[in-house]
Amino acid sequence: MRVRFLFYEDCPSHELALERLREVLDEKGIDASVEVVGVESEEQAQELRFVGSPTILLDGQDIAPPPPDAHYALTCRAYHLEDGRISPLPSPDTIRRAIDAAEKSEPGDG
Amino acid sequence: MANLKPGDEAIAFELPGVDDHHHALADHADKVAVAVVFTCNHCPYAQAWEDRIVQTQADYADRGVKVIAISANDPERYPDDNFPRMKERAQEKGFNFPYLFDESQEVARAYGAERTPEVFLFGKDGTLLYHGTVDDNYEDPGAVQNHYLRDALDAALADEEPPVAQTRPIGCTIKWR
Repeated sequence: MRVRFLFYEDCPSHELALERLREVLDEKGIDASVEVVGVESEEQAQELRFVGSPTILLDGQDIAPPPPDAHYALTCRAYHLEDGRISPLPSPDTIRRAIDAAEKSEPGDG
Repeated sequence: MANLKPGDEAIAFELPGVDDHHHALADHADKVAVAVVFTCNHCPYAQAWEDRIVQTQADYADRGVKVIAISANDPERYPDDNFPRMKERAQEKGFNFPYLFDESQEVARAYGAERTPEVFLFGKDGTLLYHGTVDDNYEDPGAVQNHYLRDALDAALADEEPPVAQTRPIGCTIKWR
């Protein structure tokens, strides 16, 4: 599985988000290296279709797909938690579900 | 770095609010404490804390406490923070405090605010009692260990010094023009 972690330095939660991603990958026994990408300019945000920090892509798919009209910018990202609250971080459950979905969609697994 | 430190006098301002009225800090000179909170619509940290700020105003309103929220973000770059969206957000979330638009960003610059949200709490003599974050857990209100703003308000109401006068504001950077 190809794992990319995109972040914007000014958003303070990115280190915790990366730690959380690595913990969930470990928990699931997935031996994937995480490609960490710092997004540093508005131009880069547009180029990477970066909707905010942190963004986690599994095989190119966002763990929480943004709406089609999402604005690309150097900004922090809002995640909707299972209980309806907003958080600057994806929950472990959001990451787990996305990993499960990515594993199911991988070719050659049945 | 904030331009105010505990003990410094508040910087006066008058700004338009989402209720289409102008609001001045001086309008609340009779209050025991006024919390000026730099915030915005789009930032997830601001969103994570806004219900707690609404609840704080509700809990302390009848004890002479006033919250004033100010958004200073550049709405050209961050359209979710424009004035019409501010009006929508205030209505959706039931803001029980003035939500003001610092379009020129002069107030935010004068205060030296850097993040959203960022709290400046002034006491009845108009001096800064507390500056920093709302509490110590943006993600889970149930896991908060230190209620910095509420503790400072309780201290102000008891005419005492806040237990913690400064913390590091945690949130998105203010989006300057």
